[in-house]
Amino acid sequence: MPTLKIPTPLRPYAEGQSTLTLPGEVVEEILEGAVETYPLLKKHLFNDEGKLRPFVNLFLGEENVNQLEGLKTPLSDGDTLLIIPSIAGG
Amino acid sequence: MLPELSHKEIHRYSRHLLIPDVGLEGQKKLKAAAVLIVGTGGLGSPVALYLAAAGVGRIGLVDYDVVDFSNLQRQVIHGESRLGDLKVHSARERMLDINPEIQVDVYNEVINSENAFRIAEPYDIIVDGTDNFPTRYLVNDLCVLTGKPNVYGSIFRFDGQASVFDAESGPCYRCLFPEPPPPGLVPSCAEGGVLGVLPGTIGSIQATETLKIILGIGETLVGRLLLYDALDLSFQTVKLHKNPKCKVCGEHPEITGLIDYEAFCGVPAHDHDEGSAGDEWDITASQLSSRLKEHPELRLIDVREPHEREISNLEGSELIPLGQFAARLNELDSAEELVIFCKAGTRSTRALEILASAGFKKVKNLKGGINAWAIDVDPSLPIY
Repeated sequence: MPTLKIPTPLRPYAEGQSTLTLPGEVVEEILEGAVETYPLLKKHLFNDEGKLRPFVNLFLGEENVNQLEGLKTPLSDGDTLLIIPSIAGG
Repeated sequence: MLPELSHKEIHRYSRHLLIPDVGLEGQKKLKAAAVLIVGTGGLGSPVALYLAAAGVGRIGLVDYDVVDFSNLQRQVIHGESRLGDLKVHSARERMLDINPEIQVDVYNEVINSENAFRIAEPYDIIVDGTDNFPTRYLVNDLCVLTGKPNVYGSIFRFDGQASVFDAESGPCYRCLFPEPPPPGLVPSCAEGGVLGVLPGTIGSIQATETLKIILGIGETLVGRLLLYDALDLSFQTVKLHKNPKCKVCGEHPEITGLIDYEAFCGVPAHDHDEGSAGDEWDITASQLSSRLKEHPELRLIDVREPHEREISNLEGSELIPLGQFAARLNELDSAEELVIFCKAGTRSTRALEILASAGFKKVKNLKGGINAWAIDVDPSLPIY
């Protein structure tokens, strides 16, 4: 199953988990699985219309999924999907 | 024409001169370079220290703040003897102690759309060591509009990011983050904390990238984002692409001048706890103390994280961390009088907004949070 890596700022909304292993064949299914398991994550990833928020960047390996097939990007077993958050601390 | 080095400078920079990639010419390039560091806090400290030591000839520092006791855990350019002094003065003194051969310019002001072009004008490279979203977007747009590289670093708790945004040869910050997160969604370091050494790691990477750009050596982080996880001790780089639709560096830019960044981000351009929800909603610590004497049954709701209650606590308060607040509204009764508090008033203001939009009217925000209570009512509590 693919793994979703949760960045530190979002961990409080996923009961402190840093990684989630979820069934799914495309990016969208993994995200849906994540917000189903941890409903508090939902508003951090999706806007009211259910669209991925523009500051949420998803990377598969080195590549932004937007450069691949977006939310329909296929995932294989052992793939790690990375959420890159917007952080501003300095 | 590059400037010459004195014998004293040759002695000082001997370890650089020995590296063939730097050498005499490289050290002269460093001497001729001018770098602006925005922010002299966690990230700005190591950047300023290392660029000064490396012999960058002219360094500008922008900061409006003074040295606070809670800065010293990570802002290693400042010391206890400089508490209350302007950060730019404290930093300049330390840099010139390390290296009196360089020029350090100070700008004791809030960088904004009115003064940014003037401040940035003399410099070749801008280092982003700010602590808030509005200034990050300002620095990005300023760099795109003036064609200067933006050496980016950002930190939170155990996570760090670094990149070089150079719109002439790669993507900019807006290509990656077209919009800031909605206010309150991402906690700041003042609310969420940061490991003291983390800005040391990320700031040192920013200093490295700055030197490489000046020297024209190696592969910079242009087109790549470095992600550092201090807990796993892992570094990862991901590819960044120029967004053709980017509003500032894309094919048809909409942003052709600096804008109102506080309005764009919906938050102030600093990382201080505001502490106030507005007069109508606020209750001061002294007012709350009197009110509790008359109404000991008043419900006090603490929206901090559980571990913060070990630092300081208000007797009889109930914990509902802000992250769970919206989901646990059913534990609260709109007919009851409620007082919401956190460390200094920022998170409680967010909680109050949630309550107000759910129709609660008898709610108050403890202005300045439990820290204000420690100052005004119960000095036996620590301030954090």
